[in-house]
Amino acid sequence: MNIFRAVGRVTLAFLREIGRLSVFTVNAVTSIVRPPIYWTLLLKQIMRIGYFSLPVVGLTAFFTGGALALQIYIGGNRYGAESFVPQIVVLGITRELGPVIAGLMVAGRVAAAIAAELGTMRVTEQIDALTTLSTNPIKYLVVPRLLAAIITMPFLVAIGDSIGVFGGYVVATQSLGFTGSIYLKNTIDFMTFHDVMSGIYKAVVFGFIIALMGCYNGFHSKGGAQGVGTATTNAVVSASILILAANYLLTNLLFSK
Amino acid sequence: MARTANTPKVELRGVKKRFGPKVVLDGLDLTIEAGQSLVVIGGSGTGKSVMIKCVLGILRPDAGTILVDGKEVTRLHGRARDAVMRKFGMLFQGAALFDSMSVWENVAFGLIQGRGMRRRKAKDIAMEKLVKVGLGPEVGQLSPAELSGGMQKRVGLARAIAADPEIIFFDEPTTGLDPIMADVINNLIVDTVKGTGTTTLSITHDMVSARKIADRIAMLYKGKIIWDGPTSEIDNSGNPFVDQFIHGRAEGPIKMEVRS
Ligand SMILES: Nc1ncnc2c1ncn2[C@@H]1O[C@H](COP(=O)(O)OP(=O)(O)OP(=O)(O)O)[C@@H](O)[C@H]1O
Ligand SMILES: [Mg+2]
Repeated sequence: MNIFRAVGRVTLAFLREIGRLSVFTVNAVTSIVRPPIYWTLLLKQIMRIGYFSLPVVGLTAFFTGGALALQIYIGGNRYGAESFVPQIVVLGITRELGPVIAGLMVAGRVAAAIAAELGTMRVTEQIDALTTLSTNPIKYLVVPRLLAAIITMPFLVAIGDSIGVFGGYVVATQSLGFTGSIYLKNTIDFMTFHDVMSGIYKAVVFGFIIALMGCYNGFHSKGGAQGVGTATTNAVVSASILILAANYLLTNLLFSK
Repeated sequence: MARTANTPKVELRGVKKRFGPKVVLDGLDLTIEAGQSLVVIGGSGTGKSVMIKCVLGILRPDAGTILVDGKEVTRLHGRARDAVMRKFGMLFQGAALFDSMSVWENVAFGLIQGRGMRRRKAKDIAMEKLVKVGLGPEVGQLSPAELSGGMQKRVGLARAIAADPEIIFFDEPTTGLDPIMADVINNLIVDTVKGTGTTTLSITHDMVSARKIADRIAMLYKGKIIWDGPTSEIDNSGNPFVDQFIHGRAEGPIKMEVRS
């Protein structure tokens, strides 16, 4: 008896959450195309979401590229294939690791910040105050963040890709005995437009997920400081899981033979 | 329904609202006539703030109708809702100032974002309203976090009246202010209404303030308005609940639920 009731309650709560998220998403997306667009707020968010994420994304991409080069070298060595380091590094970075690492890092940084900020605005009634001042909170708060994340993520990934490949280059030339010019030539010859663009498409989707999860969880946070804390955690966790799930689906879609 | 001379400005009919199992508003009826200053009194947690939020569309009532100028507003959306909202000004109980903006930008927000006024002009008006609530122009440049609780309340008040709305809701305007500043705010509310025909609904626990600003007083208890009459009759209401409340007695028909 009790088990059925508990399962039923959890299922209902889950469905309610899905419903609420769907309504919020539709509301946010349709608000993008309806005027007004707050340009100054959009610029501010582009700075906060995009520009200030550069150091994190750059550093993590660099170390990831370096570690990738090392592992490919070690693995390839067993089959006498260690010369393929530049090709596999550029493939792995542009297709998978560049977008995923950037996505996860920005999720940790930005989804958390958005959820904490909007969550605090929610529990201190600032979001309610917006509506009483004839301002739609979705347009004023959500749309600029959503657009900024969608716009800046592709740039972050492109920059992260370059730095990741550079990380591989540094490790390969400094400690694995590769010649710089040959490494670069192999990288460029092997790199395809499709590989790079696949990462860019992913970036757009990841940007959307990050901002949406931050805004959604912030908007629906309740209680005081504790509620905002929960919202922040949920934003990062849900954004990270959705990014990895979406990455798998997109890889399937973009590289199905 | 067309707006006639005696259509109430705001009317609540049978409004119900509950949160989970907890019934907060239980068929509440209340009428505010145009140009009138109504004060709603009632114990902590009786749903006074919830009632105001239902009128403003921040909360959606479970049942009942809310009329503003004779027009049903509970099911409005988008532009129609914006048009109605423009009639309202609201002072939140916790001030609810935007902490990402300076004080004057808070006060001018409704003018700039809501009405598309130019920043320079809106700033002048904001400074003028700040002076009205007893804050010097130098306060305008500060951020809300730098203000005391009472000052935040006054900024919230300036923001509520900045756009000269037709209807203003004050949620506990004098709570947290010293008695002198409370009286300044009371006078300000009285002046705002008297000169301009503004309709106000104030919520307060402060009977001194209620007597000063109210034309009419209504008492909320257990989700309903249990008494409603002119301010002059509050002392002879013949209602034991009202008597207990205005004299602040622990003994009486109202039992405070003091539980941990
Ligand atoms: N968003 C909400 N979710 C759940 N319960 C709520 C919510 N808002 C208010 N309540 C509950 O509704 C009841 C009435 O709250 P309300 O804030 O209207 O009280 P109040 O009359 O304004 O009290 P006070 O004088 O202390 O401000 C409270 O018991 C509160 O717990
Ligand atoms: Mg209240």
